[in-house]
Amino acid sequence: MQSSAHTAGATPGGVPRLAGHFASLEVQNHAARLGMWLFLSTEILLFAGLFVCYAVYRYAFPEAFAASSRHLDLTFGTINTIVLITSSLTAALAVHYAKEGKNKLVVWMFALTIAMAGAFLVIKGFEYSHKFHEGALPGPHYRMAAVQMAGAPLYFTIYFLATGLHAFHVIVGMTVLGWLMVRVIRNPNLGPNNYTGIELGSMYWHLVDLIWIFLFPLLYLI
Amino acid sequence: MNPSSSTTAEGALPGHGAHDAHGDHHDHPNYLVDGTTIKSWLLTVDHKRIAIMYLVWILLFFLVGGIFAMAIRIEMLTPGPTIMDAMTYNRTFTLHGVIMIFLFMIPAIPAVFGNFVLPLMLGAKDVAFPKLNLASLYIYLAGAFLALWGMLNGGLDTGWTFYTPYSTHTTTSVAPVLFGAFIIGFSSIATGLNFIVTIHTMRAPGITWFKLPLFAWALYATSCIQVLATPVIGLLLAVVTGEQLFQFGLFDPARGGDPVLFQHLFWFYSHPAVYIMVLPSFGVMSEVVATFSRKNIFGYRAVAYSSLGIAFVGFFVWGHHMFVSGQSTFDAGVFGVLTMLVGIFTAIKVFNWVGTVYKGAVDFKTPFAYFCGFLFFTVFGGMTGIAVATTSLDVHWHDTYFVVAHFHFIMVGATVMAFLASIHYWFPKMFGKMYHEGWGLVAAAFIILGFNATFIPQFLVGNYGMPRRYFEYPERFQALNVASSAGASLLAFGFIIVAVYLTYALAYGRASGKNPWRSKGYEWVSDSPPPTHNFVGPQPTFPEEPHLYVDPKKAEVPDAV
Repeated sequence: MQSSAHTAGATPGGVPRLAGHFASLEVQNHAARLGMWLFLSTEILLFAGLFVCYAVYRYAFPEAFAASSRHLDLTFGTINTIVLITSSLTAALAVHYAKEGKNKLVVWMFALTIAMAGAFLVIKGFEYSHKFHEGALPGPHYRMAAVQMAGAPLYFTIYFLATGLHAFHVIVGMTVLGWLMVRVIRNPNLGPNNYTGIELGSMYWHLVDLIWIFLFPLLYLI
Repeated sequence: MNPSSSTTAEGALPGHGAHDAHGDHHDHPNYLVDGTTIKSWLLTVDHKRIAIMYLVWILLFFLVGGIFAMAIRIEMLTPGPTIMDAMTYNRTFTLHGVIMIFLFMIPAIPAVFGNFVLPLMLGAKDVAFPKLNLASLYIYLAGAFLALWGMLNGGLDTGWTFYTPYSTHTTTSVAPVLFGAFIIGFSSIATGLNFIVTIHTMRAPGITWFKLPLFAWALYATSCIQVLATPVIGLLLAVVTGEQLFQFGLFDPARGGDPVLFQHLFWFYSHPAVYIMVLPSFGVMSEVVATFSRKNIFGYRAVAYSSLGIAFVGFFVWGHHMFVSGQSTFDAGVFGVLTMLVGIFTAIKVFNWVGTVYKGAVDFKTPFAYFCGFLFFTVFGGMTGIAVATTSLDVHWHDTYFVVAHFHFIMVGATVMAFLASIHYWFPKMFGKMYHEGWGLVAAAFIILGFNATFIPQFLVGNYGMPRRYFEYPERFQALNVASSAGASLLAFGFIIVAVYLTYALAYGRASGKNPWRSKGYEWVSDSPPPTHNFVGPQPTFPEEPHLYVDPKKAEVPDAV
């Protein structure tokens, strides 16, 4: 096994347990990564259905969608985008430090990521409560006086479905990263041969971020 | 070295590395007896035990779906009400469709036989993610029981397609069934994901992509569809559940929604889902035809690539379900032409299978009998598929019994034939016992003839204009409906025979030995039934091609190989 000698000052990393049915650790890690990529592809297709709905109804009701979009809080949306992109940076740094065996920094990076995810949800919560207050709600519950156009309730149906599903993914991502963080705290043995779990958790977080990067312009900007 | 080398007597695999030349044979009990507590089954991560548990549940759901099919056929005996009222009839055909599609046909071959033989075919000890594999079983059961609960408490009347806006307005309880199907989707995704990773990473040294058994190729293509298409219907079912509960209005024309968009998203999954059902069947048949013709598979690469071809093209044909739904004529034409490509890929397979049988030394055992039935249903089901893909003809046939008969021929016929062929072909592999061959052939005759007798009248009655899903019909259709119901009882009788002799064989069948079919399939390298980790001793090697029975250079009939 390679030691982590090239990373001065780092604790030497351990190796993960090799499950009996894999030929080697390389194969096991390859399988884990491939599995994660496939899982991420299913997530993209899950959201693709919503993007199709958005495209169809935007084509059907261009003015109502534009007017409703103007009615979202662009400041909150922009802040949230910045928060989420920054959280992706810390998640990426966690993988970087995990490879170097810097366990404490990994924990800190994940803690920051989770904190930013929490901030994202809090800001989203403010936006939601504002929408509830205004009556910008899906389907028959729509009663916002400012935009009275056919198609506006559909816009807010899609808005709540897409951001709600995304928020659900944020919560799942926070849980996954929190679980990984606890694991590192209990057993700090990351290193160049032992970072696959951190990498997979981080990959999932990047997906959550990536979906928002598509949702933000579609819902807020255009 | 030890008695287990007696496998040579019943046709050893000379090219394959012998792994069982070990004296410690008895220290490695087979997977069926390695742990006998209920817990050792329910919490197992062994792909073989998970496959057996899937088999038990899938057979149970097949029985339930079959009982509802018989109820439909009895109701259709007379033009008016026979044994139930109209609402019960609507619920009955919905139950039949939902159970047969989501609980039987989609998981049947991959989750049972794929799970059992795929790692054996790859020379692996298990699938890549054994715990995910077990989880997929419990997710499947959770979804199945939620859906069944919903069907029994209220029961929906929408048909298995859940078309909006009816499904969001009906007073029957749609939400639990939709949500159940949504949960089952995760199980399907988990199985597909597991198989793709397994095929990529778990192949024994020497098994290159073009030495994969064709069943593994078929499972790979199937898994790609499962992983890529299922999330879309997952989202759709969740949204429709929400529509029912909260009146989102996304597919409700009264609120500006577009019900045809629902159909697009629904068929984007549900048409590829047809290939989730039949591609594994094609894979099974590639194994069966080579084994029982005692000949190398003809056109290995063509068969392998055509599986991928069907999986790929299958994503671009969904519009052929919507020729009369308000789709543009141009779209309908494009979807019609693309649909015919599926026929080309399927024909490639059919010609190669027939080429495999050609001048082979056919051993006409039960699995081969089902192969013959399969070939018939695939060709005629496929041909009528080309017919209904022709827009002008489909306008007449749409939503008639002609379509019902068509998809029962291609989708159900092919899948059930392959399911029965697999259960007979791999019965010795799974249980180390032999079933009664004579009864096997008798039952196959009943089932194949019964299937024809059930659905050929439906082709005719559909062509005369009888719409599907109708509770009552004019008297002039009665003769054909009675014929169809009579055929269905033949079919049911065949299944009862199979159930009886297979149950008997499970208890009293004679020991099969390691490889009773003298198959060259990789899955027969291990013992039958296999030990818990599939192989005892060093990793087996696979120097030969799969399905290699004759060296082409030494063949007696050179042009046949």
